[in-house]
This record gives sequence, structure tokens and C-alpha cells, in this order.
Amino acid sequence: MSPEAIKDLLYRLADDKLILGHRHSEWIGMGPILEEDIAFASMAQDEVGHAQCYYQLLHELGEGHPDEVAFTRQTEAFRCCHLVELPSQDYAFSLVRHFLFDMADKVRLSHLRRSKYPHLAELATKLAREEKYHEMHAKTFLRQLSQANEDARARMQAALDEAYPMAFGIFEPTIFTETLSNQGIQPLEDALMKEWRTLVEPLLIEAGLTLPSTADFLDYFGGRSGRHTPHLAPLVAEMTEVFAIDPAAKW
Amino acid sequence: MTLTQEIVQKALEGVKDPEIPVLSVVHLGIVRDVHVEDNVVSLVLTPTFAGCPAIEMMKNDIERTCLDLGATSVQVTVMNRAEWTTNQITKEGIAALKSFGISPPPQTQDGEVELEDLLHAQCPQCNSTDTVLKNAFGPTACRAIYFCHSCHETFEQMKPL
Repeated sequence: MSPEAIKDLLYRLADDKLILGHRHSEWIGMGPILEEDIAFASMAQDEVGHAQCYYQLLHELGEGHPDEVAFTRQTEAFRCCHLVELPSQDYAFSLVRHFLFDMADKVRLSHLRRSKYPHLAELATKLAREEKYHEMHAKTFLRQLSQANEDARARMQAALDEAYPMAFGIFEPTIFTETLSNQGIQPLEDALMKEWRTLVEPLLIEAGLTLPSTADFLDYFGGRSGRHTPHLAPLVAEMTEVFAIDPAAKW
Repeated sequence: MTLTQEIVQKALEGVKDPEIPVLSVVHLGIVRDVHVEDNVVSLVLTPTFAGCPAIEMMKNDIERTCLDLGATSVQVTVMNRAEWTTNQITKEGIAALKSFGISPPPQTQDGEVELEDLLHAQCPQCNSTDTVLKNAFGPTACRAIYFCHSCHETFEQMKPL
């Protein structure tokens, strides 16, 4: 198995989760209702925890300590997709992003559970169980808000119009995509994307939303090679601010 | 005193999950592979939810407990990727949860939770199952919030995993 290919995959998985977790955490104290404040806080904790597990696997493969990797890299070194970088904006956008991302996570984890890289298979089994709660949350609110009044439906549709083409960036291939597939570590990104579409599109239609055009999806590629939106740098600066005061501090 | 696995295991029953202070790490099922030789203790600790923030605290408490027992050194390895499901909570652990007012997690088939299983939980106050899930996310990663239609109390359940 190619360690370089595995590291490439692990950085993508970890960075998506760290950045999405950070975005979710922005709802703490700000949620539209108390229950949603708690839900996003709890999912943020899960996602950052999952990121830490992936960074730990990277550490076992010779990369830096998880804290060092999370808090000392330059923005260009991150391998997250554009979807997770965007500010949380309104609640509809956060919710639709959480639905699209977590359904992609569900698809990917279902394959990673059978990965030929045993440590990743073991971890994916653990994380997939936790993600079931995210899936239930996302589906419930997607359905309820899309079928509430016209204001709610319009906001959900606007959020989907923005987030949907961007979500294709989750599946941006890298130079290691084929190696990963050939070595049985995970399927091709394109295959994962097709499987994800067959999962999310019926749910979106059933919720009463219209599938947006995805003609410009290539505009949202780049994250996997370190080309990010302007939103990532301020997020990383904020996230690392305390750590940077004294990187050697013991907590 | 020469330490044995039994002595260490027994002492670790006194180390509680700080978020559920009646439930010991042993009965929670997160302590694995306890090995004792020449008063050197090693064991593996598995987080419940991967993002559990209490894991470092439990690790420190375990280390201190073993040193207080007379261990000359303690090696606690936190194994993030290792499997843990709520089925691994012991009978004593289930009873402790209930006495604390938290509905214990139902047994799952090979640790696979079906979303339908989550809609109702047994109320720890009145044992009714006429309950409704209010929020799959509660005060900690491992707890959900329910309401009981029978006694009109809000309660928490440890989420099956």
C-alpha cells in the first residue's frame, strides 16, 4: 500500500472534519432555537473528534502530532473542500451543507469500513455509528423546513442552490485517487459521487426542493490541492489564535 | 504489595466517568487489556464517542489510581480507533445509569443502531415507554433528550452506539 496515497486521503478526511466542525461550532449560543444550538454544538464536537482520530492515524504514519498538524499549518497546506470553508451564513445554509456533507460522509464511510487499510477500516466502523445521529438530524430538518411555509421553503431552496454544486468539490479527484482505488483503500471519487447523488437527490425532491444546475461544479474544485476560498484563511487565523500565543503550553 | 490484575481492575471500578459520576470506567467497558507485571501496569483506554472530551481526565484518574495502589509505572494507551459500543456496558453499569436518572441504552444488533430504535426510550422515573425523542443531541455527546408522556418528566438516555 502506498503511504503517500493514504496520507493524501487522511488529510482530506481530517481537514474537512476540522473545518466543518469549526463552522458548526459558530452556532454555539446563536442557534435559532435552544435544541439546534445544542445539536450543532454536539455535532461540532463529533466532527472535531473525528478529525483528531484521522490526524492520529497520520501521526502513526510519521506525520506531526495532531495538535501541531491542526494548529500550525499554513492555509495552503489544508486539503479541505470549499463547501466546508464557507461561513455558516444563515441557518438554512448550515443545515443544507450539513445534510449534503454528512450524506457524502455516510457513503464514504460505508466503503472505508471495508478498506484494505485495516486501521482506517476499524476507525470508519466507529465513526459511521456516530454519524447515524447526524443523518437523522439532517433528514428530519430538511424535510420539515422544506415543507413548512413558503418563507422556509424559499430559504432552503436558496441554500441548496448555493451549496449543491459546491458539494461536488467533496469528490474532487487527486493524483492519488486511482492508486487508492487500485489498492482497495477506497473507491474512485467519481463512483462515490454517483452513489451520493442517488442517495441525496430523491430525498431533496421528496422534500419538495428543485435540484439546482450543477454546470459550474468545476469552479468549486481546488481545495484538495490547497487552492481555497478567501474564507479559509480568516477561519484558520481565528482557530489557531490561542494555540499560537504559546505553542509549547501544556493544557 | 505485589499488584495483580484483579487488584488493579477492582481499584479502577472507583474511577468514574466525570460526566456520569456513578459509572466507573470498568463498567462503561472502555478499559481493555489490563496487564500487570512487577508492579508495572499497562492498559488500553477506548473513547466512547470519538470526540469525548473526558478521555484525558479519565486517563489521568486511572494513572493516579494505579500509582496510589503502588504501581511503579503506568502506561495508558488511548486507542481512538478501537471499537466500543454501548453493548459493552456491564450489568452494573446499566444499573448505575438508571439510578442516576439516565435511561440506559437498548441492546443493539452487533452495535448497529437503526434510526427507528431511537424514537422511544424507557423513562427512568416511571418505566413508561410512552415517550418521545426531543433531541438526539443532549448535554454530552453520548446523551439524547426525551419527554415522558406518562409522568411528564424530561429525561436523558445514553444513546445506543
